[in-house]
Amino acid sequence: MKEPLFHIVKRDSISWWKSWLIRLAAIAAALILCSVITVLLTGLNPMKVWGSLISGAVGTTRRRWMLLQGTAILLCISLAVTPAFRMRFWNTGAEGQVLAGGMAAAACMLLGGNLPGIILYPLIIVSSILAGAVWGVIPAIFKAKWNTNETLFTLMMNYVAMKIVDYFSQLWAVPKGSGKIGVINSSTNAGWLPALFGQTYLLNILIVVGITIFITVYMRFSKHGYEISVVGESENTARYIGINVKKVIIRTMILSGALCGVAGFLLVSGTDHTIASETVGGQGFTAIMVSWIAKFDPVVMVVVSALIVFLTRGAGEISTTLGLNKSFSDILTGIIILFIIGCEFFINYRMVFRGKHKEA
Amino acid sequence: MKKLIAMLMVLVLAVSMLTACGGSQNPSADSKESKTEEASKEDTKAPEQSTEASKEESKPAEGKAVKMGFIMLHDENSTYDLNFINAAKAACEAAGLKENEDYFIKTGIPESAECLTAAEDLIDQGCNVIFADSFGHEDYLKEGAKKYPDVEFCHATGTQAHTEGLANFHNAFASIYEGRYLAGIAAGMKLNEMIESGKITADKALIGYVGAFTYAEVVSGLTSFYLGAASVCADAKMQVQFTGSWYDYQKEKEAAQTLISNGCVLVSGHADSLGAPEACEEAGVPNISYNGSTEKAGPNTYIVSSKINWQPYFEYIIDCVKNGKAIDTDYTGTLATDSVQLLDLSGNAASGTAEKIEEAKKAMMDGTLHVFDISKFTVKDVENANASIDADGHLLSYMADVDSDANYTPDTEVVKDGYFHESEYRSAPYFDIQIDGIAFNNVAF
Repeated sequence: MKEPLFHIVKRDSISWWKSWLIRLAAIAAALILCSVITVLLTGLNPMKVWGSLISGAVGTTRRRWMLLQGTAILLCISLAVTPAFRMRFWNTGAEGQVLAGGMAAAACMLLGGNLPGIILYPLIIVSSILAGAVWGVIPAIFKAKWNTNETLFTLMMNYVAMKIVDYFSQLWAVPKGSGKIGVINSSTNAGWLPALFGQTYLLNILIVVGITIFITVYMRFSKHGYEISVVGESENTARYIGINVKKVIIRTMILSGALCGVAGFLLVSGTDHTIASETVGGQGFTAIMVSWIAKFDPVVMVVVSALIVFLTRGAGEISTTLGLNKSFSDILTGIIILFIIGCEFFINYRMVFRGKHKEA
Repeated sequence: MKKLIAMLMVLVLAVSMLTACGGSQNPSADSKESKTEEASKEDTKAPEQSTEASKEESKPAEGKAVKMGFIMLHDENSTYDLNFINAAKAACEAAGLKENEDYFIKTGIPESAECLTAAEDLIDQGCNVIFADSFGHEDYLKEGAKKYPDVEFCHATGTQAHTEGLANFHNAFASIYEGRYLAGIAAGMKLNEMIESGKITADKALIGYVGAFTYAEVVSGLTSFYLGAASVCADAKMQVQFTGSWYDYQKEKEAAQTLISNGCVLVSGHADSLGAPEACEEAGVPNISYNGSTEKAGPNTYIVSSKINWQPYFEYIIDCVKNGKAIDTDYTGTLATDSVQLLDLSGNAASGTAEKIEEAKKAMMDGTLHVFDISKFTVKDVENANASIDADGHLLSYMADVDSDANYTPDTEVVKDGYFHESEYRSAPYFDIQIDGIAFNNVAF
């Protein structure tokens, strides 16, 4: 029988430096492919494109801060979806959960603008966490009680949240009919997260650092974290060793939703100071990708979300300085992310070429 | 071990970030730095530049350097933004400004804190004039104006400058209702042609209109369009379908298809994608667009388009900053400033349209024709508490919410001398009355 040129074998283990070498090689390959595509499609010097990408992301102090702020928000949502994913609960509803949290924050700021800060801030925080948790727990209860499909359920909840936000955008629009709430309390700044040391977004970033540590500890060292991974591996095993699976599902989704609520709070109270159905801007979905690429490891998530925000922020500069449409930078970003995801295959498997049997 | 490396990388990132940020605690420090750098290059004016105060009157009269930063909501795929981008480039090139040196265009900037960030980023690059094109940018631009008193902030379609009292924050719009009226004449003439050729009967002269929101800017536009059509075709009626979005190809296309299936024989609209023109081309229904020619999308159905030409305003800003003149707080472009334009009629227009339009345009410019002439329309079904009408339904008085507030408090009488004074008490439109002959199919937005 004719032997194929190569076949694929699962790796038993791989040393850490080899796996990082493969990742670096993948990124290098992606950059080369992107450069070739740039030359072929636009005729521009690819170095110029990369230069403007890097300068757009980290070229000035402000841009570096924006990179951190963007990373913080994306990371916060990624961390939020992670416990549920670990449990194999496919929560595609982060977008809606964040929006629900943001809506609650915006409503408190708008209706409670006259309250003293000592009441207003706790009110905003508690209600956005509650709103996010409620939005997350509804599909979880249905899953636990009637085994409904959580992927579809959470996905549809996104649209419900968006329509609710649209409704209030119209109800509270200024001027009438414009469909825009506008910046809330712009004269009093009531309910706005304050700047720390003159940096508008420092507090956002610090809060997310705190959440990162919390989730790391929770997933790795707490009993809850252990239960989540057992339920994720096998529900039957979990039942066998006396874990209340329904309780774990519901509890974990409350946590996921609550953290999404925090992200909504950071977006509304700490960033935009208004709410619109596009406030989350698809980050609820990007976060799913971040969580998966990082294999649910919070520390790796920091790197992955920073990379994605780096690429998106840099892309904006490409369209300004080189006149390339944003779709072009999306193509480049897409190629890089595809290579990063794809290289995991070569970390888990290896190719064995004809005549090299001994190793297999 | 893998995790250790990752942790180290994050640490390195964080440390480099902090050291980089250490220098400028003050958020405006960067802009000051770049300002002074810029100033020292032009050594003749260095002292004035560095002590530059917020008062523009105190600036040297001869040729201050202008650096424009433009913030656009979408990119050139949106007809709305394309209109701004083209005007910005034309005005800047005409003034001898070079792209990415003396002027910068940022596209795809959402109506969020990103807008303020984009403005600050432009200021970091030395821009002394920031312009943003979308309604939702206004609040963030206003914050920028408070934070950077020596930078001029200009905003299209906004409503707040005239009440805000900031010397460096300006609104602009145009009396586009006049352009819409002229486009409406083209629609009315087309309806007449269809009636005369026997294609439709007079009672079927129904216009469809795809609107974004029930916002005054849209209502003012669709009403003036209808009044233009009715001025030549008395049988014209109109149906409006709202999409709840300023830019949504699919929704706009579907809205146009709904209108066509409802029996509309001509479609116009006020939303920014090519959805409606393409739906019309597929169905073979005449279309009148907005913001610029859509003849490419509808070679067989496109009649004409009205648009705001922003070039005169941009040239005006550049001139003001260059010569140290104050920019109008609330600028309204008109037919006379060439800010309001009706583009060339296509071959699909009915014969005799050009003459009718020219006649009306002349009458508007010499003040004998007013679009919102109260004798020309009736408002029978008044739910609008700000309006008072006579027995026939003619408007007698209307208190508009010109100084927009959260309670929509009516504050200004806008009906005088027999007509509704649109865009006179502030540049952004405030005509938001539903008049007879126009049916709103959905008012959820």
